[in-house]
Amino acid sequence: MNEVSDHLFRRESGRLVATLTRIFGVHNLALAEDVAQDAFCRALEVWKLRGVPENPSAWLMTTAKNRALDVLRRERTARTFAPELGRLLQSEWTLAPTLEEQLSPPAIRDDELRMMFSCCQPRLPETAQVALILHLLCGFSIGEVAAAFLSSEAAMEKRLWRAKKALAGSQTLFDLNGDQIPGRRKVVQRALYLLFNEGYHGACAESAVRVELCQEAIRLARLLLAHPLTATPTSYALAALMYLHAARLPARLNAAGELNALCDQDRSLWDTALLAEGQHLLDLSATGIDLSEYHIEAGIAALHGAASGIPDTDWTAIVFLYDLLLQRRPSPVVALSRAIALAQRDGPEAGITAIQEIPDVDRLARYPFYFAALGELELQRARPETARPHFTQALALARSPTERRFLERRLEATAPRLTPQRPCASPV
Amino acid sequence: MSEFIFLYRSEGNAGSPEQMQQRMQHWMAWMKRLGENGHLKDPGQPLETAGKVVRMHDTVTDGPYAETKDLIAGYTLIEARDLDQAAALAAGCPIFEVGGLVEVRPIIKLDL
Repeated sequence: MNEVSDHLFRRESGRLVATLTRIFGVHNLALAEDVAQDAFCRALEVWKLRGVPENPSAWLMTTAKNRALDVLRRERTARTFAPELGRLLQSEWTLAPTLEEQLSPPAIRDDELRMMFSCCQPRLPETAQVALILHLLCGFSIGEVAAAFLSSEAAMEKRLWRAKKALAGSQTLFDLNGDQIPGRRKVVQRALYLLFNEGYHGACAESAVRVELCQEAIRLARLLLAHPLTATPTSYALAALMYLHAARLPARLNAAGELNALCDQDRSLWDTALLAEGQHLLDLSATGIDLSEYHIEAGIAALHGAASGIPDTDWTAIVFLYDLLLQRRPSPVVALSRAIALAQRDGPEAGITAIQEIPDVDRLARYPFYFAALGELELQRARPETARPHFTQALALARSPTERRFLERRLEATAPRLTPQRPCASPV
Repeated sequence: MSEFIFLYRSEGNAGSPEQMQQRMQHWMAWMKRLGENGHLKDPGQPLETAGKVVRMHDTVTDGPYAETKDLIAGYTLIEARDLDQAAALAAGCPIFEVGGLVEVRPIIKLDL
């Protein structure tokens, strides 16, 4: 009997919706989603009794095609479909052959990429772009997107409804052959970066969900690398960054979804295949004149990946890269990461001074890991009494059960004990 | 051994793609288990939801027929010792995940 691969439906959902939206026209997005949903319902009914067909993806596409034919026949007087196909879809003479051609592998090859660019409307807030990508291209239901963002289902439904309305109102899907690509590419890269971060740093406590978000971000970044217009050095750097971080996921989250700080991670759990692929992609990204933030972040991740432990990590190079990143993206959070790296290089006092010198440090007043970092450095100075209030404050600001559990454990570490404390950075 | 038919009644199975895939995998595991234990006479066929109902005096109406809740979505032929065993086999059916039900009916033997 044939097996179905993990998340096959979810992946095929993205392909089907993207392709059907191109044929029906972006204003008929909801119809495309309905037809895709029908194809899955049918697959479930048939496959559960008759077994999985030889080529499940092709089966789903054919089923969707037949359903699309029905819809196009039934509604061609009531609706308009994709304007560039309109006339061909109107006539019974051309309807079936046109649909056949539009659903052929070369025609559907770029559909997911086109949809990805379409979801990244600069007018939409970035969180809405990411939610839309997860929903339409990754096949996450509204409830699943809401769970990933720790948002309520009602709030996510509203956000997605608005985003879909904006997409459906944009008249046409993004034109991959036009001259808009370079401008929109940055928005797309940023959305995929945020999607990955949601998985890697995000609030969702369930480690399986977080791994899936990271996997989806990698899958979509791979789509960028597969197209000549989007396979830029920056896209390679973005993909490298994702692989290099994903390699550390098995050690970063334990089975209960709890965070492990970098110094507590069992590095033998790091995925060496992902590390090697990340390094390879980083090598490929080192071309041209653009040095993006993703290059720098991937560089930092690669230095962590190359070290066998905290002591032999090249902290000097990491501080240098953080300085470079700060020049391009002045941000108190980046400055905090730099201070932590500096503390590893020059000792905890230097780290505390660097934290105190962060411009706009008051913008970190609600960031739990600001206080956690101060707590860690005080612990390293063997001053647990000073560390404790910092961790207490951090705990009060925790944004998720995951962070809360992590910070509770750190707070416990300030309790008086006989063995010396191990130095520990925030869970970068 | 006696023969039984399982009639699957449900009102559809919409959900997120991931949920549907999981349901399907539960079904396949259940069918596989029935087969391995020698209970699967014929996996049966899924049925279209659309159809027609034909009554006396040439009355023909489009389906659905009764309440959509009870729509027969497919059937399977089962071999079991007796009705109790057949019912026990049906109890493991994943159709309950979507609030459906299995009707278990003995097939009347031809030779008494």
